[in-house]
Amino acid sequence: MLMPEAAMAPLPPVPTGEGRLAANILNFARLLRRAGLPIGPADLLAATDAVQRVDLGNRTQVRIALRVTMVHRHEHTELFDHAFNIFWRDPEASRLAQAMAAIDGRKEPPPERIPPGARRLAEAFRPQQEPRKPPEERQEIDAVMTVSEAERLQTMDFEAMSAAEISHAKAEIRKLRLPLDERRTRRLRPDPSGSRTDLRATLRASLKHGGEIIDLSRSRRVTRPPPLVVLCDISGSMSRYAQILLHFLHAVANDRDRVQTFLFGTRLSNISRQLRARDPEVAFQMVSHAVPDWSGGTRIGEALAIFNQDWSRRVLGQGAVVLLVTDGLDRDGAAGLSENMERLHKSCARLIWLNPLLRWDGFAPKSQGIRAMLPHVDEFRPVHSLASLRALIESLSRPASPREMDRWRTA
Amino acid sequence: MSLPSSVAATAALLEAGGYVADPALATTVFLALAMQRPLFLEGEPGTGKTEIAKVLAEQLGRRLVRLQCYDGLDLAAAAYEWDHARQLMAIRLAETSGEAGVTDIYARRFLQSRPLLSAIDPDLPPAVLLIDELDRADEPFEAFLLELLADFQLSIPEYGTVKAAVAPVVVLTSNRTREVHDAIRRRCLYHWVDYPTATRERQILARKAPNVGERLSAEVVAFVQRLRNEDLFKNPGVAESIDWAAALSHLNQHELAAEAVDETLGVLLKYQDDIAKIKGAEAARLVTEAKSVVR
Repeated sequence: MLMPEAAMAPLPPVPTGEGRLAANILNFARLLRRAGLPIGPADLLAATDAVQRVDLGNRTQVRIALRVTMVHRHEHTELFDHAFNIFWRDPEASRLAQAMAAIDGRKEPPPERIPPGARRLAEAFRPQQEPRKPPEERQEIDAVMTVSEAERLQTMDFEAMSAAEISHAKAEIRKLRLPLDERRTRRLRPDPSGSRTDLRATLRASLKHGGEIIDLSRSRRVTRPPPLVVLCDISGSMSRYAQILLHFLHAVANDRDRVQTFLFGTRLSNISRQLRARDPEVAFQMVSHAVPDWSGGTRIGEALAIFNQDWSRRVLGQGAVVLLVTDGLDRDGAAGLSENMERLHKSCARLIWLNPLLRWDGFAPKSQGIRAMLPHVDEFRPVHSLASLRALIESLSRPASPREMDRWRTA
Repeated sequence: MSLPSSVAATAALLEAGGYVADPALATTVFLALAMQRPLFLEGEPGTGKTEIAKVLAEQLGRRLVRLQCYDGLDLAAAAYEWDHARQLMAIRLAETSGEAGVTDIYARRFLQSRPLLSAIDPDLPPAVLLIDELDRADEPFEAFLLELLADFQLSIPEYGTVKAAVAPVVVLTSNRTREVHDAIRRRCLYHWVDYPTATRERQILARKAPNVGERLSAEVVAFVQRLRNEDLFKNPGVAESIDWAAALSHLNQHELAAEAVDETLGVLLKYQDDIAKIKGAEAARLVTEAKSVVR
């Protein structure tokens, strides 16, 4: 990093010159790291440098100096300010422990968790047992509305999933690919049969022959799949599918770039970062800690409103395709659902609704929520078993036919 | 002009350019100048991110080099391009004149500068480089910027490395239509530009719309501040407040009136849903509230 004299000097202020200040910044950085902020050594050096350039008597200036160097995302600003207020209030060591505890209280309790994969290891030593039937193959479903009135803030237990189940479903799901129709980008790549002439490469090649152009170098446009945004319902009525759909979402998120995944029940959670962990068990453990409302009620309209407000502008650019996974059974009597579906539909390139209820042949869009949503989707498809997932994937690779939705809308 | 030596001097510098900065932003700008680090400004549209670069260029007496990002922006449009026509011509000339040297077709005179190269060209005066709306460019473009942001230099395979004689002041802005990669964020000082407080917004209006009467501008600010608390799809930015105050002033309004507000709501709100929501009763209520605060 190109720094003026200050940084080029052998960094005297960090360990010695500033005495306790440097040590305190170090401790503060450790505190922030424990609270989950990613702060590297380079950030620490920059912070030390920045603090020495501002007026140390001015609290705001010191806070901003530390913040601009240590925080790189708007989401972390609040946590940082909170930590700053606690830490820099009283530098005495006895209070420090309290501060640490206060910050730790803000994030999920870390330790005494069984390390992910431990159960799989244990099972690996056990004798082979009859694999249980994966839940997605069940044929009956209770039509009882399992929506509870009070929001049930429970944490879903992924422990119930045995290694045999995981490996069976995973093996199936790993074969699935989401071949969304590719979009042309404006990038070029070399291709001997491309349609464009690459003059820069041609001239470079010509130098080998003393400036004689023997062959034209060609390039073509790069195509890449559009960004994918998944909105998945995890309310009580959907819980049968949440487990297996999460596997699917994990496979999709690890298979391609630009996948954003959101779960919603009574609130909306972005789990894109958690799903990016390679090991599904690690990923699901992180997800279950990040998501408070497993198997509660659904407020689809409200969840979509929050998505539209906070996220749509950030993730729906560049021709994004939205997969909306829900049964459309809404607790709020479809309040605000139609408006927010319309907004969502207008903000993305293609909106695909995956509905497990569609498995029944006699399915008719009677529920209020379903009727409110249907006019605003481009495609409407079943998703209740591996077979239907596979069918979905086949259909996604071809563009939607405009007539396909008619039979649902007139129904 | 030399760089400001303290936070207060930076605030004064921005102030002189007509930019009313809060202490946090002034500190951030000061640090970016002092530490020679790029400044990454994120925030809602219309909060004055681009304006900072313009004011800095004007006040520091530097030329402003602006790169507007868009999907598909590539090296040829952003950094440099070889002038192939002249290169071919040079080869032909060398052939006819019987000279052997064709290797010098990669001389500086065949290299066409685009904004990024121009900003660090050691032969040109120091610059302020504004990379505007980085979120509009696609991810591959961000990789082009990494070397430039870290070391203020560009490596051109055929030519060599071009390094700035004086480090440019670099300002990147983003509206968050896409998350910018961590690699970019780490090389910059990050600041979230929020909507201003009522006091600051009045100062901004006084600077940016001097023809608007004191009373009208106070009411406009009170109204817009309240509007931002409503549940809107897109909140109005400072730029919209300025436009709106000017619009009302052009209509010869000296204070807020419900009818004029309804008629000019399109200056403030840019989505039909939002306009439909606010127009009429809601607007009248906000006008009354705004007036009661100003009085």
